[in-house]
Amino acid sequence: MHDLFRRYGKGLTFTFVGLTAFWLLVLVILPDFKLLESSFRPYLPIKEVGGPKDVYSLDNYAQILGNSVDFNSLGLHFQIPARVKVFVLTIFYSGVVTFVAFLMAYPLCFYLAKVASNKSLPTLFLLLFVPLWVSEVLRSFAWYIILTLKGPLNAFLMAIGAIEKEIRWIEGYSPVVITLVYAYVLFMVFPVYNAMQSLDNNQIEAAEDLGAPWWKIHWRIVLPHSKPGIASGAVMVFMLSAGSLLVPAIINSTTGNWFTQTIQGIMMEGQDWNAGAAFAFMLLLFCTVTVTVAMRIFRVKLSDIAK
Amino acid sequence: MNSNRRILGHIYMGAFLFYLMVPLFVMAGAAFNDSKLPTIIPWKGFTDRWFIELWNDNRIWGAIGNTMLVAVAVVAIAVPVGTAGAILVNSISGRVRAVLYGLMVAPILIPGVVIGISTLLFWNQFSVPSGLHLSVLGQVSYIASFVMLLVLARLQSFDAGLEEAALDLGASHAQVMRRILLPHLYPALGAGAAISFFQSIENFNVTLFTRGGADTLTVYVFSKVRSGITPSINALALIMILLTLVAAIWYEINRRRRERIEAAREADARRAEAEEM
Amino acid sequence: MSAGIDLDNVCCDFGNFRAVDNVNVSIQPGEFFSFLGPSGCGKTTILRMISGFTDPTGGAIRIGGKDVKGQRPNQRPTALIFQNLALFPLMPVWENIAFGLEVRGVDKATRRRKAEELLALVDLPGSADKMVSQLSGGQKQRVAIARALAVEPAVMLLDEPLSALDLKLRQHMRAELRAIQKRTGVTFIYITHDQGEALAMSDRVGVMSQGRLQQVANPRDIYNNPVNGFVASFVGENNIMTGEIGQRADGMASFSTALGSFRARIAEGATKGKLYVRPEFMTLQDTPAPENSVPVTLSDVAFEGNFISVHAVAENGASMVVELRNDGSGTVPQSGAKMHMAFDARNAAILPDSDTAGA
Repeated sequence: MHDLFRRYGKGLTFTFVGLTAFWLLVLVILPDFKLLESSFRPYLPIKEVGGPKDVYSLDNYAQILGNSVDFNSLGLHFQIPARVKVFVLTIFYSGVVTFVAFLMAYPLCFYLAKVASNKSLPTLFLLLFVPLWVSEVLRSFAWYIILTLKGPLNAFLMAIGAIEKEIRWIEGYSPVVITLVYAYVLFMVFPVYNAMQSLDNNQIEAAEDLGAPWWKIHWRIVLPHSKPGIASGAVMVFMLSAGSLLVPAIINSTTGNWFTQTIQGIMMEGQDWNAGAAFAFMLLLFCTVTVTVAMRIFRVKLSDIAK
Repeated sequence: MNSNRRILGHIYMGAFLFYLMVPLFVMAGAAFNDSKLPTIIPWKGFTDRWFIELWNDNRIWGAIGNTMLVAVAVVAIAVPVGTAGAILVNSISGRVRAVLYGLMVAPILIPGVVIGISTLLFWNQFSVPSGLHLSVLGQVSYIASFVMLLVLARLQSFDAGLEEAALDLGASHAQVMRRILLPHLYPALGAGAAISFFQSIENFNVTLFTRGGADTLTVYVFSKVRSGITPSINALALIMILLTLVAAIWYEINRRRRERIEAAREADARRAEAEEM
Repeated sequence: MSAGIDLDNVCCDFGNFRAVDNVNVSIQPGEFFSFLGPSGCGKTTILRMISGFTDPTGGAIRIGGKDVKGQRPNQRPTALIFQNLALFPLMPVWENIAFGLEVRGVDKATRRRKAEELLALVDLPGSADKMVSQLSGGQKQRVAIARALAVEPAVMLLDEPLSALDLKLRQHMRAELRAIQKRTGVTFIYITHDQGEALAMSDRVGVMSQGRLQQVANPRDIYNNPVNGFVASFVGENNIMTGEIGQRADGMASFSTALGSFRARIAEGATKGKLYVRPEFMTLQDTPAPENSVPVTLSDVAFEGNFISVHAVAENGASMVVELRNDGSGTVPQSGAKMHMAFDARNAAILPDSDTAGA
């Protein structure tokens, strides 16, 4: 503190501390506490707040357990609460998105880091960036257009004779996954590129010189080196996918519900803010745990994840 | 790296760019199609009526206006707040720094729905109604993190000795800030303002929960998709894409110009050194 | 108006580490004073205490007679030239120079005029609108000096300003700095680890080691009459011999070593020490001298231009360095020759090691 006064003087130091405190406390920490606290309280009309009915309980969380439905997977057949099913599938498909994004991004990153000429890099990056600047709403909407029953994708596939009848793309989770990949693949590209860039070309050349085939070079040299970048990219894409509301909402696949849509339903249509808070907190908890675990496994720090 | 592999690389790059761009073209194309549903198949003829319909749609102008207001407010709050955070973190060390840094970066990873709902609940307890003001506050919570990261990166290249030199020459702390530190940070502040602005326009999750009844662009498009959509949205999309392109080109031209100037200055210095020998 | 600096028992501790240990010195107004010593000897800390960036943990600092305790750097009548110059990269040269005036509220026209005057003073006319990145190392130096002079400080503090420059430029700038100091009459406090710089430029030099001032004297005395082994070794070259002090008389004493008994100067009250003789005071003769003479065989003879450096090996294997002036005659002693090395007793001194804390 003393050092801060010395460097910036009292007035400026208090300004910096004040602004930061406002941000962290008022905009982040306190609201999240309120979220947690509300999740334990029932949703009551204003008059009854603070009254006898306002007790702490786990009722809101228990709501996730209602409405059992069938779940068929891997030949197993069992009953599971509807909302838990949505939650589990959301997590699963977010993982799928992350994996697909990685598969697509990896060769591109390698190209950018090792093959492309230095002069063309800024231009290439600019070209990659431009779609990112276009609003997510519009990009999701674009895929909606492409994937509709009578849309361009079906028309194209029929024209080249790959299919005979239009495929209903907007069904189940596939369209959501496809669109999420498109929306967030660039978030995988940048960290992985950064990590790859620091790999010394000589290592690759040495391996080639020793006779290693290309897949082994990647598996044993490039991949391990890029681990931090892959980890931070994966975390970003996973979090963004799991938390995405726009994409699943616009794609509007009735049999492919996303957990965020469940939350939205509770908040908007059900108007039960406290239950919504509970579900939101469950999502937050899960995301935090996932990130922490991933960070531990891959030994990545928070600072690496920040672009 | 043999040349076959290189060619494959070029092809992949091209394919990837194609993959990124095609949806945008489809989107743009539908803006001109004379068909009641947004699509490019079947192509019913070239028209500009969707642009006209866009122009006449009052609700969308309201939404655009709200979006701009919110974005400007977000920039006005997030940039000072993020900068303050970055300066603070940069000036301390040790455990406190790590904790503070973690707290400042965490909001980026919090799902938007969580931010939206928590903001709503928090202010509601003080009887503050939902509305665009809450959207601003919710957006700032994580957008300030981006600003903080940008400013912090720029601070790493700052020579703290310059602050000392200025103080030594008699400057007050405010003068040091204004004449020495802030000018160095201008590029990061500019980038921060731009990122804040675009992130705010983009934002959906937070805005949806906090906006009360007000419309923003993302919410409006979203609701239209649900209820019944005409290609006027595509017209809007095309305009936004074009604006983005213009901004990107302008940025690129500027960057190249600045590079040339800096290179010229360094050449001068080298000449001066040589003359001294 | 230049001012003097008084350091009264000044100490500075960083945790358990004592960086500056009871430094006492009075620097006169208008003096060019250097603190000379190896890295880590505390000289930078002293400079930062005088300028106000570090606080002393003991003792007092007075500038112009006034205790400056509690005064922030921007309130002190000092101007600091940083080791890396710290010129403001985003401002043109004239704004850099006029910055001190700008923060004092001087109007633009006056600031510009003063900047151009100072540019003329430091021999950089016409550079007012250039950017710092366009300047060479020496030019940046001069801008830094002009910037400091602009605020008309009572004391100029210079932190090894020439260390980043190459040899020829350094020598040129030495003369420039001295000239500027004489012209402006400002008190200069200069810190360096380069003894040649300190001796060439200063009115007085303070030699420091491990936070303590070893000796304060004018350059001639520092070189010719060092008070201890540290000063003798740090400034100039020496031949050093260990041994026992014997009889004393009139400021001289006998000193017995493995090579025989010698006579040399000695300070009052010194009980132990080593014998120090500079190479240039050694002579080589064909016959032994009446006193302080050692028979030697010459090993390396190196003609270095303005002097000839000779390694002389005594019978017990001890090697010493003799420096002979090149008298232009072209005669150079031969390697392998057997000669006698001797020196005048008044040119040798028996010195204690150094003044350390608790010694």
